[in-house]
Amino acid sequence: MALLIKNARIVNAAGEDKETKDILIDGGKIVQIAPQIDREGATVVDAKGKKVLPGFIDLHVHLREPGREDKETIESGSRSAVKGGFTSIFCMPNTTPAIDTAQTVQYILDQARKVGLVNVYPVGAITKNRAGVEITEMMDLKRAGCLGVSDDGRGLMNSGLMRRALEYAKMAGLLVMQHCEDDNLSAKGMMNEGALSTLLGLKGDPFIAETVIIARDIEIARYLGTRVHFMHISSARSVDLIRRARAEGVKVTCEATPHHFTLTEEVVKSFDTSTKVNPPLRTRADVDAIKAGLKDGTIDCIATDHAPHTHEDKEVEYDGAPPGLIGLETAFALALKELVAGGVLTLPQLVDKMSASPARVMGLENKGDIAVGKDADLAIVDLGCEWKVTKEDTVSKSKNSPFMGWALKGRVTTTVCGGKLVYTDARAS
Amino acid sequence: MSKWKHKHLMDLQDTTRDDIELILETARSFKEVSSREIKKVPALRGKTVAMLFAEPSTRTRVSFELAAKRLSADTLAIQAAASSLVKGETLLDTALNIEAMNVDLVVVRHGASGAPQILANGTSMSIVNAGDGCRAHPTQALLDIFTIKEKFGSLEGVKVTIVGDILHSRVARSNIAGMIKMGAHVVVCGPSTLLPVGIEEMGVEATTDINKALKGADVVMALRMQKERQQDAFLPSIAEYVREFCITPERLKMANARALVMHPGPTNRGIEIAAEVADGPQSVILEQVTNGIAIRMAVLYLLLGRKT
Repeated sequence: MALLIKNARIVNAAGEDKETKDILIDGGKIVQIAPQIDREGATVVDAKGKKVLPGFIDLHVHLREPGREDKETIESGSRSAVKGGFTSIFCMPNTTPAIDTAQTVQYILDQARKVGLVNVYPVGAITKNRAGVEITEMMDLKRAGCLGVSDDGRGLMNSGLMRRALEYAKMAGLLVMQHCEDDNLSAKGMMNEGALSTLLGLKGDPFIAETVIIARDIEIARYLGTRVHFMHISSARSVDLIRRARAEGVKVTCEATPHHFTLTEEVVKSFDTSTKVNPPLRTRADVDAIKAGLKDGTIDCIATDHAPHTHEDKEVEYDGAPPGLIGLETAFALALKELVAGGVLTLPQLVDKMSASPARVMGLENKGDIAVGKDADLAIVDLGCEWKVTKEDTVSKSKNSPFMGWALKGRVTTTVCGGKLVYTDARAS
Repeated sequence: MSKWKHKHLMDLQDTTRDDIELILETARSFKEVSSREIKKVPALRGKTVAMLFAEPSTRTRVSFELAAKRLSADTLAIQAAASSLVKGETLLDTALNIEAMNVDLVVVRHGASGAPQILANGTSMSIVNAGDGCRAHPTQALLDIFTIKEKFGSLEGVKVTIVGDILHSRVARSNIAGMIKMGAHVVVCGPSTLLPVGIEEMGVEATTDINKALKGADVVMALRMQKERQQDAFLPSIAEYVREFCITPERLKMANARALVMHPGPTNRGIEIAAEVADGPQSVILEQVTNGIAIRMAVLYLLLGRKT
């Protein structure tokens, strides 16, 4: 059935329309955009006073299924995604079993189809069982539907294996997405290494654990002429290395998370385990560098690294808590606060970081842009809506967010995915 | 003299000089109690103090236990699992169970930095940190400060040199925080791998030069060197540590003639400190132990005794 969005103020990466238009959607595609459209029998959504953005695309989500359905499922994660305005999410392979075979990819795609809320793209493992020893059957993973591979949660430590993985993934047409961490340097660190970790007596994870892998992979990618994507970069030095590599023409892309451009290590002082994340929260200078990298284009995408953990898993000593925090439902409002209100990006530039650019990085040609012929994936947002982050309002199964209690501005009111209304804010209706 | 206003004793980072002075003053009056024939005052009669130790410790636990008993409090010791993940019961759960038995104060020792904070946030009991991870050991620092003050009258301008594994030492961190507030000049010295990043920002001088560190020192404190540091690649060998950093009689000569020798115990004789030095005339190691009881009596008294 057709869907008609009335009075849409469209914001694409290319810019914001001056006038409102109507958007007609049919068969999952945008079929017409014009000042005034009428269609008999179409479901009508009035976007008056709101902005209509291409649905957000998150390259980094942990759905926990299969294996840890107590933390999140494909269903609960999908609901969390559409509430945050995301219409495509890439789920990381550190599940049990790991997403390292075509069967597991197929399982996830089947579940996601049954849920039917959001486009789920499983990211395959680079190595079997993410053990860092043998590469996976990447051709098979690609045929099953993967667009990228990663051993996320672990960096690929073996340089020789990284070389082979990049070569093989290129043949398979898969993007290698690196979790940048040298375990010998991070050495089970709990927080950023520095004066504060010394003061708090928590084991430090120095930023060089991230940058040595980035520097190494830039060299390998440059030598091979392949692409490589760096996930959740957290340090100023990482931004510098990537900026230089790009200037030299090395085909690197990267992403940064809302928590890494919003929070500094100072929040760890509370010993609140929702502040424990890998890579760790770093210093003000690092936060500023991430913002500068987003502004000048060094950082391509905003990705959440949505990492749900149960209350029981997190309600332990800082040392024993698993790293990670949920991010799908707060990403857009945090980006508005830190980046748009903060003067780092314009709204269209934010759309680029959250929609157009992730689509480009992953080769999703029909996504990330509102235009005739494109997939009908939309987020309708009320930029003025003020709301508070609460456990009750959070639809993810897990509530591990350091932003609990924060007052934020800007909320997704409606999400359309594949031409289907998949989310309507209860408060708006 | 200020009034005591705190419910917990977590570390000396957030304790003022006035607070420290008050504890020392209170400890001075309690020290006398331990030298009486009847070593008991009724100050905490009817109060219950629990020792929740999730890490092996004999002397700190015994010292707290004696302190509580000499104040007439009832005490109980709970051996908690080193990690909640192992036992299946969380630290907070254990603490809530203790609270349900109407315990007034918990003395907690835990291997994870920040663990006492969980108890302070999650229960309504008073919490005393008896050592958490590498973060803090406030009563040890207080008894060290007390001992130095007893000998020198003040810490103002006193040069305190702490030698050893600073990186993993909660004793060093609490002493740095407390002693600087009391006006001391603190120097930390050890192998470069065991001097933590950014330690200077705590207001200390950090050096790997043992001669420079000891020169003119009024207090020389050696820290316990654990053998595991060799496996973790912090040290090539314990033997090399001994050659470079052990407080020997010869090295001690570089310090002031009347310099105090201290150690938080238990000592590894012949590793971080030579036996002749630990037992020598400048050593106040056993006085530290004695003073520990007075300090812990003062802390328990201030946290509990003035409520009613």
